[in-house]
Amino acid sequence: MAKAVGFFTDETVCIGCKACEVACKEWNQLPGNPPEFLDSFDNTGQLDAQNWRHVKFIEKSPAGRPGGVAWTMMSDVCKHCSEASCMEVCPTNAIIRTEFDTVYIQPDVCNGCRDCIAACPYHVIGFDEHRGLAQKCTFCYDRLQNNLMPACATACPTQSIRFGDLDEMRRLAAARVEQLHAQGKSEARVYGDKEYGGLHTLFVLTDKPEVYGLPSAESAVLPRRNNRASYLGSVATALLATVGALVAIRGRRATEVRGEQAP
Amino acid sequence: MIEHFAAPPHWGWYIVGYFFFGGIAGGAYVLGTMLRLWGEPRDAGAARLAFKISFWVLLICPILLTLDLGKPFRFWHMLVDARTLGIAFKYWSPMSVGAWVLTVFGVFAAGSFVEAWRPQSGIGRLLSGPLGRPFMIVGAALGLFITAYTGVLLSVSNQPVWSDTWALGGLFLASALSAAAAAIAFVAIRRGGDAVVSNAKLFAADRYFIILELVLLVVFFLTLGAAASKVLAVRWLVLWLIVLAGTIIPLAMYVRPVLAQGRSPLLAPGLVLLGNVALRAVIVFGAQA
Repeated sequence: MAKAVGFFTDETVCIGCKACEVACKEWNQLPGNPPEFLDSFDNTGQLDAQNWRHVKFIEKSPAGRPGGVAWTMMSDVCKHCSEASCMEVCPTNAIIRTEFDTVYIQPDVCNGCRDCIAACPYHVIGFDEHRGLAQKCTFCYDRLQNNLMPACATACPTQSIRFGDLDEMRRLAAARVEQLHAQGKSEARVYGDKEYGGLHTLFVLTDKPEVYGLPSAESAVLPRRNNRASYLGSVATALLATVGALVAIRGRRATEVRGEQAP
Repeated sequence: MIEHFAAPPHWGWYIVGYFFFGGIAGGAYVLGTMLRLWGEPRDAGAARLAFKISFWVLLICPILLTLDLGKPFRFWHMLVDARTLGIAFKYWSPMSVGAWVLTVFGVFAAGSFVEAWRPQSGIGRLLSGPLGRPFMIVGAALGLFITAYTGVLLSVSNQPVWSDTWALGGLFLASALSAAAAAIAFVAIRRGGDAVVSNAKLFAADRYFIILELVLLVVFFLTLGAAASKVLAVRWLVLWLIVLAGTIIPLAMYVRPVLAQGRSPLLAPGLVLLGNVALRAVIVFGAQA
């Protein structure tokens, strides 16, 4: 197996240029959705089948400047979770873990059931209406197989998106947070080192994860957590319903009058 | 409180339809089995009708599920791993388990249908003998699973509302049994014949199913907490009113038959069926809005 790879995305140096979005679409031949005028400078809106990279423009009111708006930009992408919710629920085994430890949807196996879309807690996977498939970032699987960097990391002009061995990315992220703390940015934190068994896309954030549309560590739970309680609730209901039906069937004689139409 | 940011899977009317018809198919088999095994000899007609309804309605299910797929011709990928050609089965994925149970249940529904339709045929004679009882009990267990797993499938996700509650499996089971009882009674009234003599039993059973359904609806909202606001938005008001009309009114008519006097006998079971579709629609669409 090849070494596990990862992204390290530092939102503190993202300038919102969207070179990553463009490079991703170019390389992966994604035509994109019709352009829309959305909030801020965002014209893609979200990660979906056509947008495998999406630069979020998060508006905040800076302290001490009422009415003012400050942007925080973050280039979002599939997290390639070590414990991936999408992979867990996929009934066809279309979603696999590659030799680079990334998560990949096999387009020739996916049948478009969309269970993975409901499972992904990061709003990453989208349904491609034209191809009839679930789609998301492949981590440029074809480029990795040819010893090339993913297109987004190659294009990023500020090195907000770094690519390399996962362990190295973890070290970089931890070092960057230390640096930011030393600069007085005490709110800086690494996201992705513990969520879902450790993500392959690490972020340095300067606010709570929820502000960026990322579940907190406490919320980073897998769909299968609900299996036991849901099945137990069903079994209990089945028992009660069966007893009720038995009481009704055994305790009441079939009507003598053919055609009785009570209730 | 767990907070996720999942995208909606855009499950639409095909899935609502499958949840509805699948519930009736499973529930009708369960009721047919109970009428056959624990009813009187006069319930035989209703039991036969239940098995027939279960089979015919079940035939609709794979069509709806296949049409919903982005790649309908790859429906078999649910059962067979397209790469290894081995079995594709994940016990922790309700969709995977459901695909298998639906397939196996089809064998039982078909067998009991043949037995009900042509009792003198080879299969009919086989299932009228000692093998019939265990065959129906296993089929009924699978049928119960079909009624419930669709709710579990929704919960085993990270979709807000669906994944915030453990009550959907039980709620779908109770409402599916209610719909199945209503469907059997409805068809019996429309067709006439010997099945209609068991309607009183079906309505009595439906009382319990509806009470269970109402209790589980309360549990559903209690477990949702703040997320309930999503499915209680004004745009879903009409659907919720149909759900209430499909539970409260039939229950009142079953408990106090005087309320049914002078009205069509199809009213109560018809409302139950409508309410059932509305319940599934509001839960499927409400969480995705």
